[in-house]
Amino acid sequence: MNLEGRALVIRQDDVDTDVLYPGQFLNVTDVDKMTAHLFEGLDPTLRDELGGDTALVVGSNFGTGSSREHVPQAMAASGIRFVVGKSFARIFYRNCINLGLPAVIAPDAVEAASPGSALELDLDEGTVRVDGRVFAINPVPAFLREMFAAGGLVPWMKRRFTAA
Amino acid sequence: MPNTLAEKILLAHTDVDEVTPGDIVMVRCDVVMTNDISGPMAFRAMEKMGASRVFDPSRVVLVPDHFIPAKDTRSAELQKLLRDWAAEQGVTYYEQGRGGIEHTLLVEEGWVVPGSVIAGGDSHTCTYGALSAFGTGLGSTDIAACLASGTFWQAVPGTIRVEFAGEKRRFVTGKDLILAVIAEIGVAGGTNMALEFVGAGAEALSIDERLAVANMAVEAGSETGFFPADDTVAAYLDGRTSRPWTAETSDPGAEFAQTVRIDLDDLPPLVAMPHSPGNVVPLDQAVGTRIDQVYIGNCSNGTMTDLRQAAEMLRGRQIAAHTRAIVVPATQRIYRQALAEGLLDLFAEAGALVSAPTCGACFGGSNGVLAPGENAITTTNRNFKGRMGSSEAGVHLANAWVAAAAAVAGEIVDPAELGAAA
Repeated sequence: MNLEGRALVIRQDDVDTDVLYPGQFLNVTDVDKMTAHLFEGLDPTLRDELGGDTALVVGSNFGTGSSREHVPQAMAASGIRFVVGKSFARIFYRNCINLGLPAVIAPDAVEAASPGSALELDLDEGTVRVDGRVFAINPVPAFLREMFAAGGLVPWMKRRFTAA
Repeated sequence: MPNTLAEKILLAHTDVDEVTPGDIVMVRCDVVMTNDISGPMAFRAMEKMGASRVFDPSRVVLVPDHFIPAKDTRSAELQKLLRDWAAEQGVTYYEQGRGGIEHTLLVEEGWVVPGSVIAGGDSHTCTYGALSAFGTGLGSTDIAACLASGTFWQAVPGTIRVEFAGEKRRFVTGKDLILAVIAEIGVAGGTNMALEFVGAGAEALSIDERLAVANMAVEAGSETGFFPADDTVAAYLDGRTSRPWTAETSDPGAEFAQTVRIDLDDLPPLVAMPHSPGNVVPLDQAVGTRIDQVYIGNCSNGTMTDLRQAAEMLRGRQIAAHTRAIVVPATQRIYRQALAEGLLDLFAEAGALVSAPTCGACFGGSNGVLAPGENAITTTNRNFKGRMGSSEAGVHLANAWVAAAAAVAGEIVDPAELGAAA
């Protein structure tokens, strides 16, 4: 599985769900309307840099806090193709995987990336290329690779129900 | 092979015979809970999975609690959807006025027993660890899979053993114990870990205080956090539940990733300063901070214990002229108990606003959000930038004694200096 994207970099650590998508907008359930509130408490101008081919590059413990799935839903709907981080908060990471939005850990790649860098994620090879330089990503367990390949938990479950 | 308590609970809910931290397993839920925010999105995902009925209606609980009472039409629509879906699926539904904040409510109502696995569409589902359950907060798509199949995928966590040694001092509560843990290991220190709370200081805590401790395990990045079950848990559950349970502990010789010791004899009340639950200082370093709003409530500290502590500070006193205080009993049952004890009148007489149970302003939803430049002290669990409204407001997390004392003084003070009211 190969994915390409242009880097949008959020370098600080411990970026929480509330700045990524503030609580007052949690009663929005239409994904296309969620995108208008993404990054609202962090820096709303980041939304202008989402061009439909974004690789989001983030620091440590990204997505800490709430279980709100609005964050990765709005990210995917805004054209974020994959996320490369130093580490992720647990529920945010789960939500990305469940939605079929690959999130991988590669601290050196994060260091190497700058805004606009060309990123290329190769999940089979276990690497991410940053402007041509190759970095290893932390090993992704087979189960999660299967989930990525299926496109997330919805198609993965659908297959189970159909098979049953 | 000796197992940790986390491993033992998971083993009892999977088809595998042994587990090692890092293994990904499918875990069966005893209870699945969702609310007016995570629920509607989960129902939609469940439909897309091709499932029309929940796996077992007797194990599903829906609690509207975030935007209640409905703050606008959109919120009212979500609550209607929740209500209608509950009726259609035949699952348990707690209407507003008969329920309260989901986590406090499920514990009160006997849904939670030691050794059970509870999947909740809210990050503070770890609260159930107060009763030695493996409560885990999940997003809507995960909850959809739980509703449809009764299972979720889970990487087996390692365990950080947190030992509370000694005896806590006056005006120190469960809130301070967990803030001390977060300060010690950091907001990401519990990543891929479960926290197991043990020691004489843990055993001495009431259920209400254990709720406060377990609730904020997620603020250390943990998968969950729990106390081994003991006589306190048995006494609490007596007459409250018909669900079978047994008390388990980690096996002798079980391997822990880390052991953390918190010495309670030396622990002062703590305050988490803006804008992180990990930005913890001893109370005396926060003293003097001017306070615009005090908020006593939420799923960590909206219990009778918290309300009684607040009442000790507010009885016969007046809230400072420039300060406003909002008191939010966590559930209808707590509301009525506080009413019966005269506490709601005591709060109202002091000049506080007493609210119906709701998540309300804790997550910036409604019922007391903050303006730019304002400072709040709250008994809630998160003080991220913008958490309670304006991103230019500052939220300080503290226990109910400290929060209520600040209401009287109009600034953060040591409740020992103010003294309990006569």
